[in-house]
Amino acid sequence: MVPASAYLILSAVIFTIGVLGVLVRRNILVMFMSIELMLNAVNLAFVALSRQLSNLDGQVVVFLVMTVAAAEAAVGLAIIICLFRNKKSVNVDDFNLMKW
Amino acid sequence: MNYVYLIPLFPLIGFLINGIFALTRKASTEEKIDGKTLVSWIGCGSIGLSFLTSVVLFFELLALPAGERVVQKIAFPWILSGSFHIDIGFLFDPLSSVMILVVTGVGFFIHLYSTGYMSEDKGYARYFSYLNLFTFFMLILVLSNNFLLLYLGWEGVGLCSYLLIGFWYEKKTASDAGKKAFIVNRVGDFGFALGVMLIFWTFGSLNFTQVFEQAPQVLAWGGGLVTAITLLLFMGATGKSAQIPLYVWLPDAMEGPTPVSALIHAATMVTAGVYMVARCHALFLLAPISMGVVAVIGALTAIYAASIGLVQNDIKRVLAYSTISQLGYMFLACGVGAFTAGIFHLMTHAFFKALLFLSAGSVMHALAGELNMQKMGALKKYIPITFWCFLAGTLAISGIPLFSGFFSKDEILWKAFSNPQGHFLLWLLGVITAGLTAFYMFRLFFMTFLGKSRMDPRVEAHVHESPKKMTIPLMVLAVLSVIGGYVGVPHSLGGSNRFERFLSSVFEEGHATTEAVTHAPSTEYLLMAISIVVVLGAIFVAHKFYVQNLEIPKRLAEKYKFAYRALFNKYYIDELYAKIFVNPLLNLALFLWKKIDVVVIDGTANGIASLVKGISGVIRKTETGYLRNYALSLIFGAVLILAYFIFR
Repeated sequence: MVPASAYLILSAVIFTIGVLGVLVRRNILVMFMSIELMLNAVNLAFVALSRQLSNLDGQVVVFLVMTVAAAEAAVGLAIIICLFRNKKSVNVDDFNLMKW
Repeated sequence: MNYVYLIPLFPLIGFLINGIFALTRKASTEEKIDGKTLVSWIGCGSIGLSFLTSVVLFFELLALPAGERVVQKIAFPWILSGSFHIDIGFLFDPLSSVMILVVTGVGFFIHLYSTGYMSEDKGYARYFSYLNLFTFFMLILVLSNNFLLLYLGWEGVGLCSYLLIGFWYEKKTASDAGKKAFIVNRVGDFGFALGVMLIFWTFGSLNFTQVFEQAPQVLAWGGGLVTAITLLLFMGATGKSAQIPLYVWLPDAMEGPTPVSALIHAATMVTAGVYMVARCHALFLLAPISMGVVAVIGALTAIYAASIGLVQNDIKRVLAYSTISQLGYMFLACGVGAFTAGIFHLMTHAFFKALLFLSAGSVMHALAGELNMQKMGALKKYIPITFWCFLAGTLAISGIPLFSGFFSKDEILWKAFSNPQGHFLLWLLGVITAGLTAFYMFRLFFMTFLGKSRMDPRVEAHVHESPKKMTIPLMVLAVLSVIGGYVGVPHSLGGSNRFERFLSSVFEEGHATTEAVTHAPSTEYLLMAISIVVVLGAIFVAHKFYVQNLEIPKRLAEKYKFAYRALFNKYYIDELYAKIFVNPLLNLALFLWKKIDVVVIDGTANGIASLVKGISGVIRKTETGYLRNYALSLIFGAVLILAYFIFR
């Protein structure tokens, strides 16, 4: 049996990739995908710990997270399409109107 | 008696209609609607109806037996707050009936006169609405049955006085004079308000009947409390009735239209103080010190103002100082306990002083607004009606026997001498004032109507008698000035002094003390003779100075330059007040404005604002607008929180 620590390490690695993706990439779609990556890393951690502790609560939370992620993807993509229509660009540095 | 409330109601309605008229009229000045007829009818009609009601009520009051001539009518409760209970209530007794007859009667003729005098004025409707409002407040003042309602009327007439002095508000001197009147009155009213509060604190009531009935039990005779109350009330009276030290506003008040000077600043409003003192006689008689103060202030004001009147050249100013002086007489009478004599003089003074002011207005009308007596003279042949009316008023105020002023003034002088509160010196001041009065009034009369003409030839060509609307009130008031005194012919002259008997139910206590000292009738005749001789002598001197030999007054002025200057400049009292009160206050206000307000208060507020602005100016730079910066700070924060939980 694969130990829980392996799952948690994998989860941490995926999460870090997601964080770095958000921080270093400028393409808004890639950033968006990185966020999805972070969410799923968290899901993985939940499921692993749920099995380790024999507690189903973690699995329930994963369903919740997946639902939210689906909704968020729909809304987020819609916003991105709108942004693209206005600016003909998917580079986040072009969207810096909200500043001092 | 049930419709006593109608008396003040009519002018109030008149005020509302004329006021609306004045407001709407301003919006449509282009339209050439002649609303003057309507305004005149409403203005004069409302007060005419009040006058008729007053006359009817007066006769109803006369029909009652002498002891029961006090009627109280409560219209509705005004303020109910715990034990504090104030009604809109009216007290109708001989004193207030005399007052309302004077206010509405003289007021009606002045309204009528105004329709002629003001006919060319743009603010015709505004003028009449103010005049009606004034009459309303004055009637409230004299009819109220409690101190608070009296105070309402008291302040209301002050307001109208301010509005009417500054009626020609485009003229700087007029609006300044209005402000001066208002502010000086405020000083007196402050004392009056304190007096009213002290009365409530002492008696728990402000109703006249309750207060005066309880007064002898609650207050010790000559005690500190009653002295304080009466002195505070008298402070209000010095403001409203222009006595030393608060008289300075009245001469300036002559900036208003002349009928206003006649109505407010001669016949009615300025006598409110005398009325109030007479109304509160039950309190004043308990405070001998206050009575002394009232008498001395009255006598001093009388002679002081008369002396200033001797050398003034402005026809209305002479009359203004004369008013102050005559009001001093009334207070002298009140101060020696002769309240009836004070009210009697109030009434006759209302007749002849209104007459004199209206005649002066007629002279001004004839001379295109000229006020300087040095540019008049020989007007007798041009404006005969005004001349005869003015003569009647002058004879009355000088106290020539058989004219009204003689009876009232002589009554005061006699009481000042014979009453227990009186004193020989008070009488002496009164007699000297009578002489001065005769002198300056005849000086005014001679310089205006007799002698050689000193008029501008262009003005002289247009001199004309005033229209009927103006001369009829003059004639009526002239008749009243001549015969008005016959209601109070003293016993010693074979009369029965009906006026005193009529008022005796109000001033019972006052007369109990009056009768205590008896003097031989020969003394009364002697004093009367002295005052007549003094007056006739003064008239003779005035004739010599201003008709026969015009050089004498000039030489006298040269010889006694210092005295003349002092008199001409009103003893420099205005300058003194400016130095002592006005300038320090002005400087304090400037200091508070420039230093405290601008530097300290505004500085604090602006300082805090710019501090916040500076800090936020630095912090807001973090809002770059780049999504990655925000994401980095989010993650940074998350890492910090995590680190805290791990390493704590």
